[in-house]
Amino acid sequence: MIRRGLDRLLGRGEGRADSRTVYVGHGAWSPAQPFTPPRYCDNRIVSSKYTLWNFLPKNLFEQFRRIANFYFLIIFLVQVIVDTPTSPVTSGLPLFFVITVTAIKQGFEDWLRHKADNEVNKYPVTVLDGGRSTRKESEKIRVGDVVEVLEDETFPCDLVLLQSSRDDGTCYVTTASLDGESNHKTHYTVPDIETDLLLLNATLECEQPQPDLYKFVGRMYIRREGQEPAVRSLGPENLLLKGATLKNTSKISGVAVYTGMETKMALNYQGKSQKRSVVEKSINCFLVVYLCILLSKALVCTTLKYVWQRQPGQDEPWYNQKTQKEKDTDLYLKMFTDFLSFMVLFNFIIPVSMYVTVEMQKFLGSSFITWDRDFYDPQIQEGALVNTSDLNEELGQVEHVFTDKTGTLTQNNMEFIECCIDGFQYKYGNCASELDGFCVEDGPVNKLQRKAGREREELFLRALCLCHTVQVKEPGPGLGPVDQVDAARAVEERGFIASSPDEVALVKGAMRFGFSFLGLDCMKMKIQNRNKEIEEYDLLHVLNFDPVRRRMSVIVKSEAGETLLFCKGADVSIFPRVREEEVMRIRTHVERNATEGYRTLCVAYKKLSTEAFAQADASLREARLALQDREEKLLNIYDQLETGMNLIGATAVEDRLQEEATVTMEALQNAGMKVWVLTGDKMETAKSTCYACRLFQRRTELLELTVRTLEAGGQKCEGRLHELLLDYHRRAVQDAPPAKGGVSRSWSSAVQDYGFIIDGATLSLLLKPPSSRYTSLFLEICQNCAAVLCCRMAPLQKAQIVRLVKNTKGSPITLSVGDGANDVSMILEAHVGIGIKGNEGRQAVRNSDYAVPKLKHLRKLLLGHGHLYYVRIAQLVQYFFYKNLCFILPQFLYQFFCGYSQQPLYDAAYLMMYNICFTSMPILAYSLFEQHICIEILMDNAILYREVARNASLRWGPFLHWTALGIYQGLLFFFGVHCLFRNPALQDNGQVYGNWSFGTIVFTVMVFTVTLKLALDTRHWTWINHLVIWGSLAFYVFFSFFWGGIIWPFLKQQRLYFVFANLLSSVSAWLVIILLILLSLLPEVLLVVLRKPRASHIQQLKMRSSARKHRDFLSNTGVI
Amino acid sequence: MKSQQAANRPDNTAFTQQRLPAWQPMLSAHFVIPGFLLIGMAFIGIGVALYITSQNIQVLEKDYTGTGQYTACSECADMQTIPCICNVTFSLTTLFTGPVFLYYGLSNYYQNYRKYQVSRDDVQLWGDVTKSPGDACAPYQYIDNKPIAPCGSIANSMFNDTFSLYQIINGTMKLVPLDGKGIAWWTDYNIKFRNPSAQGSLQDAFNGTMKPVNWSKPAYELNPSDMNDNGFLNQDFLVWMRTAALPDFQKLYRRITSGDYALGLPPGDYVLQIEYNYAVKDFGRKKVVFSNVTWMGGKNEFLGVAYIVVGSLCLVMSVVMLVVYAKYKFADENA
Repeated sequence: MIRRGLDRLLGRGEGRADSRTVYVGHGAWSPAQPFTPPRYCDNRIVSSKYTLWNFLPKNLFEQFRRIANFYFLIIFLVQVIVDTPTSPVTSGLPLFFVITVTAIKQGFEDWLRHKADNEVNKYPVTVLDGGRSTRKESEKIRVGDVVEVLEDETFPCDLVLLQSSRDDGTCYVTTASLDGESNHKTHYTVPDIETDLLLLNATLECEQPQPDLYKFVGRMYIRREGQEPAVRSLGPENLLLKGATLKNTSKISGVAVYTGMETKMALNYQGKSQKRSVVEKSINCFLVVYLCILLSKALVCTTLKYVWQRQPGQDEPWYNQKTQKEKDTDLYLKMFTDFLSFMVLFNFIIPVSMYVTVEMQKFLGSSFITWDRDFYDPQIQEGALVNTSDLNEELGQVEHVFTDKTGTLTQNNMEFIECCIDGFQYKYGNCASELDGFCVEDGPVNKLQRKAGREREELFLRALCLCHTVQVKEPGPGLGPVDQVDAARAVEERGFIASSPDEVALVKGAMRFGFSFLGLDCMKMKIQNRNKEIEEYDLLHVLNFDPVRRRMSVIVKSEAGETLLFCKGADVSIFPRVREEEVMRIRTHVERNATEGYRTLCVAYKKLSTEAFAQADASLREARLALQDREEKLLNIYDQLETGMNLIGATAVEDRLQEEATVTMEALQNAGMKVWVLTGDKMETAKSTCYACRLFQRRTELLELTVRTLEAGGQKCEGRLHELLLDYHRRAVQDAPPAKGGVSRSWSSAVQDYGFIIDGATLSLLLKPPSSRYTSLFLEICQNCAAVLCCRMAPLQKAQIVRLVKNTKGSPITLSVGDGANDVSMILEAHVGIGIKGNEGRQAVRNSDYAVPKLKHLRKLLLGHGHLYYVRIAQLVQYFFYKNLCFILPQFLYQFFCGYSQQPLYDAAYLMMYNICFTSMPILAYSLFEQHICIEILMDNAILYREVARNASLRWGPFLHWTALGIYQGLLFFFGVHCLFRNPALQDNGQVYGNWSFGTIVFTVMVFTVTLKLALDTRHWTWINHLVIWGSLAFYVFFSFFWGGIIWPFLKQQRLYFVFANLLSSVSAWLVIILLILLSLLPEVLLVVLRKPRASHIQQLKMRSSARKHRDFLSNTGVI
Repeated sequence: MKSQQAANRPDNTAFTQQRLPAWQPMLSAHFVIPGFLLIGMAFIGIGVALYITSQNIQVLEKDYTGTGQYTACSECADMQTIPCICNVTFSLTTLFTGPVFLYYGLSNYYQNYRKYQVSRDDVQLWGDVTKSPGDACAPYQYIDNKPIAPCGSIANSMFNDTFSLYQIINGTMKLVPLDGKGIAWWTDYNIKFRNPSAQGSLQDAFNGTMKPVNWSKPAYELNPSDMNDNGFLNQDFLVWMRTAALPDFQKLYRRITSGDYALGLPPGDYVLQIEYNYAVKDFGRKKVVFSNVTWMGGKNEFLGVAYIVVGSLCLVMSVVMLVVYAKYKFADENA
C-alpha cells in the first residue's frame, strides 16, 4: 500500500511534465551519466474492487452508504441500545439477509474479476533483458522493457513496435476486444532501427498516458556511436495497444511505454457514469413521504402518551408499578426514548425488502430481453444484449428518440450505384453490350450517347482505386502464390477490409468497371487496369480522413514518375477547392443523387511538381514529428495541399434502409415519441432518408434552419437566425391548436404537420451565448414538430442536442439509437442508450445500455418489453408501499388502546416474516410475468404506449389512490376486529381470547387481503403465479400452525402458542376474517368492473383467440 | 455450423419467450353481477342467523365497583376492611338458559400495557422455579433475594375477588354450584404451564420462592378444595395470564353446569356474594356478567349487523352495476 501510495505521489509529480522519457531496454543515455530509471506503475491490471482483507469493511461501508440500508442499520442500533418493543432480531435479521445476499453477489463478481486479472497478470511473456530473453510474468513488465510477442497473442501492455518478423516492417493486429472492429489493422515499425535490438541504444519521448485509443504522439532518439542521435516520429500507427491481438505476423518486439493501469485500455474502462431511472426517483419521493408519515406517527404517539399519562390514575396504576430505574430516568430522556421506540415499532412501514425485490426483478427481468428470440438475428448469429438492468422500465417511458441515420436507419451496406465523370452520368447497368460494362445513361447536357474522354474515365477509376485505405484480406495459409491473370478475381474472393464501408463500395465499383485494386505491398499500391496490366504506384503519403475536413487524400508516384494527389470527399469540402466551371458540370448531378437518398463523394486530383512535393514532404514529416499540436499542424498542411485541384467526377453510393425502418418509425411516432434524426450526413441525403422512412410525409411542412436559409436573406447570420426562429415559432407553436394530452397530430390529418431541419453550423450558432436565449424557442418549435432532422452533426453536437432536450422542462426521457463510434457520446448522454450491432464496429454496443441487432427490434423493445416492464415495476413499487402501510396502520391504531405503550400488535415472527416470506413472492412473480395486455397487441397498437407515458402509474394520483386503499384497509382490519373483541368470548365453550389472538386475526386478514388484492390485479396467470400466490397463503397457514405448535426453547415468551389453531376453532373468527377480506376488496372489485371500458380490452378479447390460433399453428408446423 | 447457431440462439421455451400458457381472467359484468348477487344473499342469510343468535343470548351485567351510579358494594369500595364481603341481589323473571357462564369484567384496565405485558417469565411458568426469574419481571422479581414465583406484574396483579351465587328459595339461600374447570385454554393447562416438580408436595416444589407481593396466599394454596387446581395450573391464574387485547375486557370466572342448575337459572331471586379484594376505583370499574353462549360465542351484535350491511351493499352494487352495464357496457362489448 505504502509503495503504491508513493508511486501515486511520484506519478502525480511526473504528471506535471508533458511527456515521459523511456530508455529502451533500460540502456543509459550515456555511460557517463548516472542512470536513474524513473518509476512508473507496474504492469498489474487491477479491475477488482476488493482484496481478501478489505472486502468486509469496504463492502459494508459501500452498502451502508445506500440510504435505505443505513436507515435500517440505525433502526437496528436503536433497538440494541434502547429498550424497544421489538427485539433487534426483527430488523436485524432482514437487514443481515439483504446485506449478506448483496455481499455474496458482489464478492462473487469481484472474485471473477480477480480471476480474470490474474489470468492477465500472470501470463508469461518473453522479455529481452541484457541480451538474454527471459520469461517472466506479465505483471512484472516495466516501462522500457523490450517485449516479444508471438502470433495470436495479446499485447501485455502498450508497446512501441520496434521490430517485426515481416520483411516490410509492418504487423497486423485486431482490436476486437478494444473497439470490436475485427478487421486487421496495419502497424509500422519505427524506421531505421538496427536488426539486432541488443545493439539498439535509444530513448523514447512520448506524451503522458491518455485514454484516446487513436492518438499517440512521440519521438524516438536513436543513438549511434559518434553520430548525432537520429530522430524518428512516432504516431498511433507505431503503438500496439494492450488488449489487441497480433495477427498474420509470427513475431514482433516492442518497447513498453505504458504499463498496467496507465495503458489506454485501462484508462478507457473508467468513468462510465451510472444512469438512474425515473422510477428510482419516484421511489425516493415516496420514501420521503413515508418517512414523514413514520415520523408524524411516532410524534403523535409520543405526545398523546404524555397527555394521557397526566390524567389521574393512568401513569402508574398499582398493578403496573415502575422499576426504580424507570422512576429515576429524566423525563425528557424518557420522551426521547419513547419516540425512538415508536419509530422502531412503526419502522416496517419503510419496506426493507423492496430494494432487494426491485433489484431482483430488474436482474431477472432483463434476462427476458436477452432470451427473446425475436431479437435474434441469424445473420450475425446474435440476440439482444443487456448491459445494464437498471433501466428496463425506462424503455416504457421514452418520449424523445434520437436516431443516427447511417447504419441505424439505413443498413450501411453500401452499393455503388452510379458515377459522374465530367458531367456525364455513368451507371453500371444491364447494357452488357458495352465493351467494358461501362455505359452511359443520359448525359445532362445532351441526349446523345456521349461519354467523357477515355483518359478522364481512366483517371477517375484510378483515383477510385488509389484514394482509400482499404486492405485486401490476407490469403489463408493454404493458398499458394497467385498468377497475375487471376489476381483480380483472387482479390475479390478474399474480400476487402476497411474502416468505412463506402470505401469498399467504391473500390468494388471501380473493379466492376475494370480497375481492380490488388493490394498494398511495401508501400506500393498495385492495381490492375482494363487491359489486365498491373500498374504500381508508390504510396507516399496518406492524408487521413477526418470529420472536420470531411475528405481524405493520397499522394502517390506513378511508374512514369508523376507525383499525383488524389482527393475524395464531401461536395462542400471539395467544391471550394476546385475550379468553378468544373463544379458547374457536376453540381446538379450531386444534388440530384443526394435527393434520391444516395451518398455522394466528389473526386479530385492534382499534379504535384517535384519541388512542390519535396516541400510538402518535408513539412509533413516535420509536423508528424511534432510533439505538441501535431494534429493542428497536420491539418494546416493538409489544407494547404488540398487546394487548386481538378474535379474529375462524383460517385453515388446507395445506402439502403434497414428492414422495417418505416414501420418502426411509424410505430414510435404513434406511440407518442418524437423522433429526431441526428446525422453527420448532408442535408439532402438525410432528408431523403427521412422521406423514405415516412418521418417526413408529403404534407409535412419543412421548417429549415440551415446555413443555406440563413445566407439567403443576405443579412447577418444571427439576425436572420432570430427572424427565422420567431417566424417558425409563430407558425408551429402559436398558430397550432393546442395539442391535447392523448390525441396526437399524426392521428388527425386535418392539422398541419411540421418537420424541422437544422444543421450543425446553425446549431452551434444557436447555442453560442448571444443567441442562447433562443434555444427555448428552438425547443418549443421542435416539440411541436412531428420529426426533427439535424444534419451535419459532429458527434459532440449530437450529445449536446440530447442534453438540451433532456434538460427541458419536465425532463422528458430520451433514448438514443446508434451503431457507430460517432454515436457513443449521444448514447452515453441519453437516459437510455441503444446500440445497433451493425457493421461499424462495436463501440456503440459497448457503451450502450441495450444492444439489438436491428433497428426493427426497437419496436418490440420499447412497445412490448418497455411497456410491460414499466407496468410491472410501477405496480411493484406501489404495491410495496401499500402493503406496508396497511401492515403498520393497525399497529399504530392499537397504540390508542394500549396506553401508548408501544405494545406490538403482531408477534415478532410475523413482523419479521411479513415482508420476507408471506407477501414477497407473489409480487415478484407478478413483476416478472405480468402481461396486462399481451405483447402482440402492445406492438400492434402503438397508441397503448401513451397510457403509461410520463410516469403515469407512479405519479401522485396513483400513489394517493394506493395510499388511500392502504389506509382504508388498515382501518378496516383494525376496527373490524376491534368491534368483534368487544366481547372476547368467541368460542362456543365461553373461553376468551387475549391480545395475541387479536393481532393474529388482524394479521391473517391482512395477509389474505394483500395477496388477493394482487391476485385481482393479475391479468396473466401463469402456473408460477398460481404457485406463488396460493403457495404463499398456504405457507402462511402452515407457518402459523407450525410456529404456534411448538414451545420454542429460544423464545422468552411463548406468545403464539396454539393461538392460531385456537382461533380457527371459533366460528366467529372465521366469519370476521371472511367478512373483512371481502369488504376490503369490495372497492377494488368495483373499480375494476366499473372502470371506463377500454378499447384495448375489447380488442384483446378478440385478439386473444386469433393469437392463440397463430401460436398453435406455429407449434403444429414444427417451428417451435 | 448448426451447433454454433444453436449455441447463440436463445432457447425457444415458453418460459424464456414469455409465452407460458396463462389464464387471463377478466372481471366482466357477466359473472361479477351474479357473483355479487350470490354473495349478497349468502351474507344476508348468515347475517340474519348471526343476529338472531346474538339476540337470543341472555346477558346480565352487574357493576359492583361501589362508586358512582352503581351502589352495589359501596360499603367495600374504600377498601377499609379486608376481606370485605358484599352482596349483589338480582331476580330473574324467566329461565336464564344454561349452561350459564359467569364472567368478571374490568374496564380501563391496561393488561396490554407493554411493560406490564412482558412482565412474566414463561420459563418459570413452565415449571422451572429454581432459575432466577427474568429481568422483565422487575419490580416483582425478588423479595429479600428470593425469587418470586410466579414473578412479574401480571401474576402479582391477579384478580382476587371471589364470587359465590345463592338462589333465595323461601328465604333460605341455596348455593348454586360454580364449576371452575375448563375455563382456561386446554393447551395452557396441559402444555404451556407446568407446576414445578419435586418429591413430596407441591409446597416443597415452591420451596425457596416467595409469593407475589399482592397475594394473600402462596401459589400452591390458591384452591384449597382441589389439589390439582393449584400452583401455576390454577385455572383462574391461567385465565388471568392470558392478557386481554383491549383495556375493557371480561374474563371467564365460572360455569354453572351441574346440579339443579345445569339447564339454567330458573326464575327467582338470587344473591351474589362477593369477597371484595380487588381495587379498581382509582382508574376504572369492575362488573360481573352472567351470560350464556352459542356456536358464535358470547353476545356480539356486530357480526350479524355487519354481515347484513355488507350483504345488502353487495345486492345494491349488483343492481347498480346491472343498470350501468345495461346502459353503457353491453352495447360496447357487442359492437
